[in-house]
Amino acid sequence: MEHAAFICLSAFTLACAACVVLSRNTVNGAMCLLLCLMGIAGLFIQLHAALLAFILILVYAGAVVTLFLFIIMLLDMQGGRPWRPRGVEIAAGAVSAALVIGGLDLLALRGRLPSAVPASAEVGASLRLYAYQLFTTYFLPVQVIGFLLLIAMLGVILLSHRARREGPR
Amino acid sequence: MTPSLESYVMLSAALFAVGFLGVLIRRNTLVIFMCLELMLIASTLALAAFSRFNGTEDGDVFIFFILTVAAAEVAVGLAIIVALFRARQTVNVNELDSLKH
Repeated sequence: MEHAAFICLSAFTLACAACVVLSRNTVNGAMCLLLCLMGIAGLFIQLHAALLAFILILVYAGAVVTLFLFIIMLLDMQGGRPWRPRGVEIAAGAVSAALVIGGLDLLALRGRLPSAVPASAEVGASLRLYAYQLFTTYFLPVQVIGFLLLIAMLGVILLSHRARREGPR
Repeated sequence: MTPSLESYVMLSAALFAVGFLGVLIRRNTLVIFMCLELMLIASTLALAAFSRFNGTEDGDVFIFFILTVAAAEVAVGLAIIVALFRARQTVNVNELDSLKH
């Protein structure tokens, strides 16, 4: 049962990822990215990381894909020349991707990976442990990440402000 | 029967390769950026699987950090793309060749 769900979810995710790469319309690509993220969230739930699945949907589906759609709308690229794949580019890209996937799979198959799943605690206890780690062991990184978000916000404001002041050339 | 760790790692590698292919063959900056996000998400999937099969929470905590940094990265990257479009009126990487010799 769990195996069948895994196969369905992974096939769905891979199909949506391929759609992101191959779709000629950028809006369709963003929508496929959204579906792909839903598949990944399902895989996270299967890995007993329900909190991460929720964060993924909130941050990615709620903020990142929406931001992509806004920028596509702002730049209005629908009227431009559609993407036309060239044979030599496709061949070079496929060979490189095959090398990446082959190397990583070889690493995964040759390595001695643990095969048994340890018995997991119930969701409440796991969440408590997660929060405890976040606010004890990883407290400094949490602060640094908050600072990083502030810096990123200031940087984006500065970038868009300067672009507006200079105006289009 | 639960899927093995190998299958999760292989799925993650396949997703990463699909994103990599997109970065290589597409010419639109926004699509390239979406494929970069795909590669990032594929790596978090491997991290979640390793965390689950090792019985620790550290991988999950790192995914939290990765998602936060990815959100900041998307905001800054899209601002740069918009600034680039305002300066050059294009998002096609073939036409953004100022650094080409």
